[in-house]
Amino acid sequence: MVSAIDMPQTMPQEVSPQTDQPAEETETARVMIAVRDLDFAYGSHQVLHNVRLEMPARAVTAFIGPSGCGKTTLLRCINRMNDLVDGARITRGAIHLDGIDVNAPEVDVVDLRRRVGMVFQKSNPFPKSIYENISYGLRIAGVNKRSRIDEAVEKSLRGSALWDEVKDRLDANAFGLSGGQQQRLCIARALAVEPEVILMDEPCSALDPIATAKIEELIHELKTQYTIITVTHNMQQAGRISDYTAFFYLGRLIEFGSTAKIFTNPSEKQTEDYITGRFG
Amino acid sequence: MFWVFRLATYLVLACATYIFLDIGIKGSRTVFTSQAPFINLKFLTQPPQTLYVFDYNGQKMELSDREFRQWQETHKENVEATSIAYSAGGIWPCIVGTALLVVGSMILALFIGISAAIYLSEYSRETRLIRFIRIAILNLAGVPSIVFGLFGFGLFVIFFGWNVSLLAGWFTLGLMILPAIITASEESLRAVPQGLREGSLALGATKWQTIRKNVLPYALPGILTSSILGIARVAGETAPIMFTAAYAMRDEMPWQVTKWTDFFFQGVMALPYHIYVVSSKIPQNEYTERVQYGAAFVFLILVMLIALTSIVLREKQRRRLSW
Repeated sequence: MVSAIDMPQTMPQEVSPQTDQPAEETETARVMIAVRDLDFAYGSHQVLHNVRLEMPARAVTAFIGPSGCGKTTLLRCINRMNDLVDGARITRGAIHLDGIDVNAPEVDVVDLRRRVGMVFQKSNPFPKSIYENISYGLRIAGVNKRSRIDEAVEKSLRGSALWDEVKDRLDANAFGLSGGQQQRLCIARALAVEPEVILMDEPCSALDPIATAKIEELIHELKTQYTIITVTHNMQQAGRISDYTAFFYLGRLIEFGSTAKIFTNPSEKQTEDYITGRFG
Repeated sequence: MFWVFRLATYLVLACATYIFLDIGIKGSRTVFTSQAPFINLKFLTQPPQTLYVFDYNGQKMELSDREFRQWQETHKENVEATSIAYSAGGIWPCIVGTALLVVGSMILALFIGISAAIYLSEYSRETRLIRFIRIAILNLAGVPSIVFGLFGFGLFVIFFGWNVSLLAGWFTLGLMILPAIITASEESLRAVPQGLREGSLALGATKWQTIRKNVLPYALPGILTSSILGIARVAGETAPIMFTAAYAMRDEMPWQVTKWTDFFFQGVMALPYHIYVVSSKIPQNEYTERVQYGAAFVFLILVMLIALTSIVLREKQRRRLSW
């Protein structure tokens, strides 16, 4: 896919981006999303203060922290969903996706969102058939070839471990699925447009433990191909699924590091207090 | 105090019952017949004609225009006949005219109304101008229909030179129900969960793609069902069409035009206006009463059918789309 964001880069890079080496070798260490000194405000109310963060490619990064600490806001900055909110704006700093400033004027937000998929807290399947839910993203991207769409539908449903459950009723309305299935359908829908990054905003908060376990397993499988960033309130979940964890408190990034380190040996007192359940 | 409320409620019920019974009973005498097919097809399928009433050999004859001429040719006699306008034949052109007015003005109002509602609900921000526009829309809804009639007459009939025509009627009626359509459409659009918009945008859809494929289709049933009540109003109003679109009498049917463009620039007969004409513009007697009540009855049935459709559709819709 050719997009505006694939253009030659103008910003300095920590990691060399399009090098001649094979992608696989640099992939794991590559920084996919870099948040640079970000301040963000809704109107005059500042909700993010000087956030600096680098999220590696093909890994799961979890945002944790008490409600209202700005995790979801930061997540929605990455695919510019905050554009929809009146008065919401980045007041300082920038977010770079694979080296490109996502808010740069030459970036087409439609292309950006195709590269950065999103799964929402409340599963939001469209009131259409399962098939149409998956094919939606492709059709709006101008793909009309039936065989290609069929293929993508099967691939995405397999990718979200839903295929075996729904393959006989692809034409049934998505509202007939269970909560967990609906959420996996939303993941499949996001996969269908072949994004590079998948943002997940508390994807399991409305699900029972079994459905949650399935989604967690899925996230584990997906990270081999995708960069996943998830917001969660569930500390155990963050511990189980993520490779890196960022702890936010009152709009500031308190600590960021490998999950193992954050959960066993945090360097900040606040992180430790939060993880051990002393507040939040 | 309690009995006041109760009395008020019963009074409404009594009035409604009286109106329905009165029109129902007197109207069914015209619309239904005692022999098969039990429906007075002549009344429903013929244009209005003049009724001739006279005595012949001690027998009271009631003949329509055409029948009377035939009768005269066969009998070659001069009789003293009383003629009563519009009281023979039927109301077919009025039904057709009303249908044409309804269809045209609804298409127009839905197109403009839904477009405006999309703008208000999906694109506009709550600025002072938008608040002012909303107030203007609310006020427009309260404007008496006769004022719309005069406005349509001044603008479309006189200034645009469309004369008394379907086109002028469509625009006048369309503008009259526009506020209701905009309000209903905006409500339906806002009822579509925000999650569906975000889900679509997050997949890389543009705003317009999202609205067209993932918002409007779900709002449309709601818009259409609430608009059906608008149909009842368009069909029922006399004042907006009496200067702009309605003829008291016209011999040709609307499709009998020489050029297709003439179709839009012809006046039509319409049910409410016909009732008005036969009730107030010609001398009243027992014969005119038949047409009045017959037309009112047919009209009432039509409006009830439209309202019923709206209720059935809405219930179906509620069951299908529940978030």
